[in-house]
Amino acid sequence: MDQLINNLKKQIVESLNLKHIKPEEIGDDQPLFEGGLGLDSIDALELIVLLQQTYNIKIANPQDGPEIFKSVKSIAAFIKTHQPA
Amino acid sequence: MYITDYCHIRNHALFHSGAEIYKSAGGGNLDSFLSETYQSLKISYPKFYKMDPLSKLGLIASEVLLRESDWKREHTPEQMSLVLANAHASLDTDIRYMESTKTMASPSLFVYTLSNIVAGEICIRQGIKGENAFFIQPAFDANFMVQYVDQLLSETKTEMCLAGWVDVMGEHHDVFLYLTRKTRTANAKEHSEESLQKLYQFNYGSVDQQS
Repeated sequence: MDQLINNLKKQIVESLNLKHIKPEEIGDDQPLFEGGLGLDSIDALELIVLLQQTYNIKIANPQDGPEIFKSVKSIAAFIKTHQPA
Repeated sequence: MYITDYCHIRNHALFHSGAEIYKSAGGGNLDSFLSETYQSLKISYPKFYKMDPLSKLGLIASEVLLRESDWKREHTPEQMSLVLANAHASLDTDIRYMESTKTMASPSLFVYTLSNIVAGEICIRQGIKGENAFFIQPAFDANFMVQYVDQLLSETKTEMCLAGWVDVMGEHHDVFLYLTRKTRTANAKEHSEESLQKLYQFNYGSVDQQS
């Protein structure tokens, strides 16, 4: 799980062009959107693309998005339970 | 109407009213030049990194012209207008977006596939709420720019206008932005076709063919 979280932090920084942030500066439980990393709606779409392209996971119900993308840890947990075998 | 300040970005160098304020050490590409320039100006605006090259060029030039300007003390946001033009519209980003669709379309590239997004980014960053327009023309047209901006200054609530040329295609980049206002200030130049063309051609020569 720790390795997955570390990889996710690097992938988020890379795919969202967060060049002002180092991956290790992102907290596992830090909110990614309001009051946290300050991501916006376009970033949310890029995160969906990241899940699809890198982990081959599609989000079936868009309403689950806010819960899945709450933090790096919640994304990692979602990947763990949904990644194809 | 008077030109009070101007900025060029050409051949990996940034000039403010004719004075070089940053020049790339060489060897890098446009993207690295833009990041270096952003850092050298000590701008704190993380959204910069997410922008396409056209918006980055416009943002840097507007920052140079407006960050030490007193326009917000003298005028309301609605009294500052923005008029931009270029030759390649958003083609540079359009092509990269098309490339991304071969695997998975990039949402963050898609939002920059309109030429006037650079105008929106400048307005958001600088707090400009006046008229804004973006024109696509074969080359910088000083006569058109003077007529359009003068009309804004004389017939609307516009008191100041940020105007000019911001063009990018691959490694080619050519930026000339300037500030106009109704009142003359020290070292101001007349907002005429002749003076504008002369300012645009500053340090131009063969630079365009090389970049």
